[in-house]
Amino acid sequence: MTDSLLGPLLELQGLRKAFGALKASDDIDLTVLPGEIHALIGPNGAGKSTLIAEIAGGLTPDAGQVRLFGQDVTGWSVAARARLGLGRTFQVSSLVMEFSVLRNVMLAVQARSSGAFGFWAPVRRDARLRTEALGVLDRVGLTRRAGDPVSALSHGERRLLEVAMALALRPKLLLLDEPMAGLGPAGTRELTAFLAGLKTETGMLLVEHDMDAVFALADRISVMVYGRIIASGSVAEIRASAEVREAYLGDLHEAPSC
Amino acid sequence: MAERMREPLVNAVLVLALLIAPLTAVALDEPFYVGLASRVAILALAGVGLNLALGSGGMVSFGHAAFFGLGGYVAGIAALHAFEGSAFLAWPLEIGGSESMIVVWVVTLAVSAVVALAIGAVSLRTAGVYFIMITLAFAQMIYYFAISLPTYGGEDGLSIYLRSSLPFVDTGDPLSFFLVCYALLLSALFLTHRLVNSRFGAALQCARMNPERLATLGIAPFPVKLTAFTLSAMITGLAGALFAELNGFVSPAMLSWQRSGEIIVFVILGGVGRLFGPVAGAALFILLESFIGGWTDRWQLVLGLVLLSVVLFARGGVIGLLAGRARHD
Ligand SMILES: Nc1ncnc2c1ncn2[C@@H]1O[C@H](COP(=O)(O)OP(=O)(O)OP(=O)(O)O)[C@@H](O)[C@H]1O
Ligand SMILES: [Mg+2]
Repeated sequence: MTDSLLGPLLELQGLRKAFGALKASDDIDLTVLPGEIHALIGPNGAGKSTLIAEIAGGLTPDAGQVRLFGQDVTGWSVAARARLGLGRTFQVSSLVMEFSVLRNVMLAVQARSSGAFGFWAPVRRDARLRTEALGVLDRVGLTRRAGDPVSALSHGERRLLEVAMALALRPKLLLLDEPMAGLGPAGTRELTAFLAGLKTETGMLLVEHDMDAVFALADRISVMVYGRIIASGSVAEIRASAEVREAYLGDLHEAPSC
Repeated sequence: MAERMREPLVNAVLVLALLIAPLTAVALDEPFYVGLASRVAILALAGVGLNLALGSGGMVSFGHAAFFGLGGYVAGIAALHAFEGSAFLAWPLEIGGSESMIVVWVVTLAVSAVVALAIGAVSLRTAGVYFIMITLAFAQMIYYFAISLPTYGGEDGLSIYLRSSLPFVDTGDPLSFFLVCYALLLSALFLTHRLVNSRFGAALQCARMNPERLATLGIAPFPVKLTAFTLSAMITGLAGALFAELNGFVSPAMLSWQRSGEIIVFVILGGVGRLFGPVAGAALFILLESFIGGWTDRWQLVLGLVLLSVVLFARGGVIGLLAGRARHD
């Protein structure tokens, strides 16, 4: 038990996943330690989202092991891993469009507290769910939008709602797949500050193209190219690495990816 | 505000009309219409069951006649053994027939639940067209099984000579029997209303709209859907038991794919996912069948045209037409 407290939140060992001839994960070893933000960067198509999906449980790796909080969860379902304390956001927002903003978060609060159980009491008037969900919305600054349907939200607001739903689970580890994408400079600054303040609550694996955000937030950075992690180290080490510049940072300046 | 109140109003009018029609018929001494109202109530009940799976859970079951027919056979077999004084099962437990409607209902609910758990556990591993086909295949298996049972009438079916009885109610009286069906319909509506708006209902709707999201929150979609499918089957099964008792007859036709299609039609006509949709759908169906059907054999053509216009122009079905679009919040 103490192991799970002191050891890494996440530990990937020799993870492999191929789509036909394409090696999307090629012998990946990676850890996220408690209180740490580990950033994963790399060009489009490098295999970052694939790796996130293998950690979350949506994709089964061909080989290797996923350990969460000290437990081998390689064969576990998405839902079982979430219940263990894993939260995530999607690169393409994945929300319940027909629900209001508040009800999306209420569903997340409900999932953590009672799952699907509860067949009689009206959920909309559930004061405990409402209060807690409103609290989470307040943290990400979406209180004003609580009553609106998700379909009325801007792209940036949907990104924030994704974060809110993940937070409502009170995760011990958070997987963030390009949370800043499409937020604009001001939105990116705000979310960067917000995530920095979250470090005491949860460890994070952050996939992000915005280098300012990555350099501001990350304790460690791993660089992924063609399914392989080609470098891993502190912000300063990654900034200084010639290999990384060549493989990634260099062409990012020429052709910023979206 | 006015918009908000429209659907409850439409629902109330619908339910009241269904009550007043047979009362008026009795007053005017037109017993035929009492039977018709019972048919509407029973078929609406079958639709309310399917609507829980199809409307709320997005499970397009093309096999709900399996449960409808099983309910019918429970009623038929209970009546047969009670009538003959014979045993359904002699060993290891002696089980005979029953003249109690409550027993018929309880057994129907249990049988529907067990069969739905089995069918659902297999079918829900698929989605879309495959789910439609596999539920159909299961229902067809049960259909052919019923045909191959000479003890229970095989292809010819089984007559129920004596309707089962309830304490304090003369079930043989058409109006009393209607009121029993009506009460069950209202109970089922109330139950599904509570269910759909509960925590479970929220999870079920998310399982329909975005199952990946639900799993990510830590709720596995499969058991949620299986539970809804099973409850749905139990309601439709109960309707089947009533239907057999109404007609005094059960046959494999109650298990046929045409019957499954009809139950889907009630739901679509009334408005998929609208709580009272199946009531409107079944009422419209029966009205078309008995009035246009009495006038021309081609009433199905009219039904087809109505169905076509509902699908093309009024996605919310009759309820959507009368009460506006469904609200989401
Ligand atoms: N289900 C799949 N089937 C086949 N190929 C896939 C599948 N999912 C991803 N790929 C391929 O695997 C590679 C890695 O994709 P992935 O989405 O993981 O990249 P990424 O690093 O997240 O890129 P981006 O920065 O654009 O989000 C891509 O070439 C992609 O086309
Ligand atoms: Mg990606």
